Amino acid sequence: MKFKAITAALVTAGVLATSAPAALADLVFPMLSYRTGPYGPNGTEFADGYADYFTLLNERDGGIGGVKVATPECETAYNTQKGVECYESTKGDGALVYQPLSTGITYQLIPKATADGIPIHSMGYGRTSAANGKVFSHVFNYPGNYWDAASIIVKHLSDVSDGDLKGKKITLVYHNSAYGKEPIRTLEELAKKHGYELSLLPVDHPGQEQKSQWLQIRRDRPDFVMMWGWGVMNQVAIKEATNIRFPMDKFVGVWWSGSENDVMPAGDAANGYKAVTFHGVGDDYPVFADIKKHVQDAGKAAGDGSNVGSVLYNRGMYAAMLAAEAAATAQKMHDTQEITAAQMRDGMENLKIDAARLEALGLPGFAPEINVSCADHGGPGLGAIQQWDAKAKEWKLITEFTGSDREVIDPLIAEDSAAFAAENKIEERDCS
Amino acid sequence: MFYREAGDFKTSYASDQQTFPIKLDRYFVWGVLAIAFLVIPFVINDYWEKSVLVPFLVWAMAALGLNILTGYCGQVSLGTGGFMAVGAYACYKLMVAFPEMNMFLVVILAGLITAMVGIAFGLPSLRIKGFYLAVATLAAQFFLVWLFNKVPWFYNYSASGQISAPERTVFDIAVTGPNAPPWATYLFCLILVVVFAYVARNLTRGRTGRSWMAIRDMDIAAEIIGVPPLQAKLSAFAISSFYIGMSGAMFFAIYLGSAEPTEAFGIDKSFLVLFMVIVGGLGSILGSFLGAAFMILIPVLLKNIMVGVLGWPADLAAHIEFLLIGALIMIFLIAEPHGLAQLWRVTKEKLRLWPFPH
Amino acid sequence: MSPDFLNLIEVILNGLMAGIMYALVALGFVLIFKASGIFNYAQGVMALFAALTLVGFQTGQVPFAHLINAIFGTNVHHWGDGMNTFLAILLTMGVMILFAWLVERFVLKHLVNQEPIILFMATIGLAFFMEGFGDLMWGADIKNMDVGLPSGGSFWWEDVTKTWAAEGAEYYGMYIDVLDVWAAGIAILLVIALTLFSQYTKTGRALRAVADDHQAALTVGISLRSIWVVVWSIAGFVALVAGIMWGSKSGVQFSLSLIALKALPVLILGGFTSIPGAIIGGLIIGVGEKLFEYTIGGMIGGATENWFAYVLALFFLMFRPQGLFGERIIERV
Repeated sequence: MKFKAITAALVTAGVLATSAPAALADLVFPMLSYRTGPYGPNGTEFADGYADYFTLLNERDGGIGGVKVATPECETAYNTQKGVECYESTKGDGALVYQPLSTGITYQLIPKATADGIPIHSMGYGRTSAANGKVFSHVFNYPGNYWDAASIIVKHLSDVSDGDLKGKKITLVYHNSAYGKEPIRTLEELAKKHGYELSLLPVDHPGQEQKSQWLQIRRDRPDFVMMWGWGVMNQVAIKEATNIRFPMDKFVGVWWSGSENDVMPAGDAANGYKAVTFHGVGDDYPVFADIKKHVQDAGKAAGDGSNVGSVLYNRGMYAAMLAAEAAATAQKMHDTQEITAAQMRDGMENLKIDAARLEALGLPGFAPEINVSCADHGGPGLGAIQQWDAKAKEWKLITEFTGSDREVIDPLIAEDSAAFAAENKIEERDCS
Repeated sequence: MFYREAGDFKTSYASDQQTFPIKLDRYFVWGVLAIAFLVIPFVINDYWEKSVLVPFLVWAMAALGLNILTGYCGQVSLGTGGFMAVGAYACYKLMVAFPEMNMFLVVILAGLITAMVGIAFGLPSLRIKGFYLAVATLAAQFFLVWLFNKVPWFYNYSASGQISAPERTVFDIAVTGPNAPPWATYLFCLILVVVFAYVARNLTRGRTGRSWMAIRDMDIAAEIIGVPPLQAKLSAFAISSFYIGMSGAMFFAIYLGSAEPTEAFGIDKSFLVLFMVIVGGLGSILGSFLGAAFMILIPVLLKNIMVGVLGWPADLAAHIEFLLIGALIMIFLIAEPHGLAQLWRVTKEKLRLWPFPH
Repeated sequence: MSPDFLNLIEVILNGLMAGIMYALVALGFVLIFKASGIFNYAQGVMALFAALTLVGFQTGQVPFAHLINAIFGTNVHHWGDGMNTFLAILLTMGVMILFAWLVERFVLKHLVNQEPIILFMATIGLAFFMEGFGDLMWGADIKNMDVGLPSGGSFWWEDVTKTWAAEGAEYYGMYIDVLDVWAAGIAILLVIALTLFSQYTKTGRALRAVADDHQAALTVGISLRSIWVVVWSIAGFVALVAGIMWGSKSGVQFSLSLIALKALPVLILGGFTSIPGAIIGGLIIGVGEKLFEYTIGGMIGGATENWFAYVLALFFLMFRPQGLFGERIIERV
């Protein structure tokens, strides 16, 4: 009879599970987070930041425009199937926008969410050509994408070599997956323009053994190394780089390879490591005082509350801030407090955040201005370079937010999105 | 009392040899099929389709395939993820090359292509046995995934190496792509799984299945009594890969709609299917379904109970979920090492005697 | 010598070192398989768990802090500054012994005489359980492993080898990671200690008896259950060593449990039942995959190491189906 009992339990629990409702009349921002699995340590920080900012809005301002915010959290473990389950289980509760937080889940959700009319915000990841709003009506990847990142890094490298990259050797160490392969085409185009020599070194998941790659780098003596890594690959790469005594200030990571987690295991030797970023670092902004007062001290912090001010926490908070601002924009546009996903999409498409608004939000100078439009879902595409200070154990911005090489990137985006449109028979929207 | 094997008289060979010779079994199967075909399509919604039923059917197909190889023929395989990738990429290439082709045909052709790859990687099984054979299949796993990641032809030279399923139809009803109605994708998978579960059941009852089981129980003895090991092992690899290939094709085209090899078809998928087969019951068709249900539904269920009903923080729930799944697997194995299918058999035994067990 | 030739030596040398690191993980598998015929899938997670526990003791974390805080609304995280490394290692060892005892008491005892694949499955359940348990106990963030082992490329070796290159050739010296050298030394000590233990102590002899024949060992009065506790404790110790070594490279985090995948080809190549096999298998795999990546990998797109390790193991198996040092498989009808 054990089996029967189990079946019965299954059925009842199944019924319970699907009928658990979210409180109505809330603005629902589902969190597809990952706190377990190989990428868990990174996902945790992002999720904490995302949740804490909404908690802050609820506690301090009573929500957005007077409506409380709910953030049902769903664990994906960076696994596409779990991501699907999370999406399906939360979309019925009036979900306004999804942050899939994984390349695989983003690709999977792009057609699905578009069909369901729910916007996706893949902030600095996912499908790069989604920046073309004419083709991807419901997908946003402002404020920047991987191709911007690649271009900004190259620009920085060019700056530190007195504006000339001709004949320099640049090596890209990348996660051997869709994510890691993203910058290659851009870097190749840029190589034609700047005349540097690009070599590619893939690292398989999970990336615990990278001896071959770093021995190769040691032999080739490239002038610069770039990294597109994630998870344990970052820590090992930085450690190996210090082992072969590669000059750390010539080693630049993408924004997913530039958190405290990545440099800490290498200790003092990681001093000087650089990464590109699209938002400010550290907790020296007025908003953190509010978070401390209304969230942490009130015992409402997400997770164990130990991550405030870390790079990925800030990124999660920034994502939440952008979502909240878009929701507020949508509320104004449609003159209603309880917006729908379609209205949220309009809000995202008309999102404008200038320096004054950032100041008012308690984040002066935290990020560049954002100006989303119907045709441009990719935002300004600005980035700055941050550098690790191992003594102080903190990141510092060492450049201003600068733009990417639109000349090279725009045609690439147009080409890739046109291919997607052709494959899926999508008519370009009229954005005039 | 409730389950009777006696008193079920047969008057012809045909009725004696039918797929389910016992009347109650037959009624039960017809009942389940009736619900699956006549009730569920009318009540299904997106959540049940994408989170429960379609994944269950897809994994049940994979588990059927692996059960043929591991459960019936005794060859341990950890290459399931790689073979699923073959099915998925074959399916993708076929979908793109022949947009008008019926999806059923596409999936079956993808299965056939996988079967050929399976035979190639099954060759070492003639010499290597037991856990050592796992290495041959692991080589397949890692090599195939690497190959699909590396050779741009497989993903039609797309920028990032992701493949996405375009919309394809069966009798003018979309079964892939974002606009496919839930009932259509569900029925599509259901038809394939039911048909091929029926085939598997009869294969394992017939000559082929018996030769597999002879090899499993002791291959030298089997060889002596005239079972050709080459034929038996390779046919098991071929048919198993055929099923796994179809499951991979459905996994990619119907269920996810997009995939990249390293994440979607990693080694963890191989282990997952192996867990299903062992938890469900080695050498049992029913076990494949029960195992798939256990491994797919329990995590969803635990998550929903802990986060949805009890309202625990998601991170604690995620860790406790791991802990509970592990504990459940161990408890099940201690209670019934031969899998859920054996529990079912025991239940039938009890029902037969109930209410007078003595 | 020409730089190309020296590069080749460098690759081989580093391959050997990587091989030792794989072998450290593989050793734990061999110990348990030899004594109980169980293919212990949880070995990788045991390494993770041991490393987590060690770091937890070292830094003075409160176990289950997050759970306690969630339930009681408190805010505990550390009970002090932690303890010194040696004490922490001892305590961790205690935890691993306790763990071995619990596994025997609650899992293995009930599964005596089951088929290997069932036992294998049980260890998978165990792996899941420990993953969840470890995260719950110590948190899922990345922790730094620092037990005072040096790491980084060796200057001395670089200087020595620089002089080997031909006159005027551009050569920077050979690279070797000091941590790897330490790992090699520790692995050698470990193998010697294990050999001495199994040859010259009473428990060790009992262990070999059990490995040889369960039934016969039982009849001469050896307690199978206590032997299993001993074996799992030793495997726990080996896991701790592997966890320290790999953890120093990448920080202690979930991915540490995935090193088991690197140990599989080693294990299969060396044979499941042979301790020297694990070491030599590790060396062959390490050198093989590094050489392949160096010579051919670059031409076919790189990142070949993962699959090549298995292909290499497969190649050897075609000639010796029981692994290089495995016990001969004798089949009787």
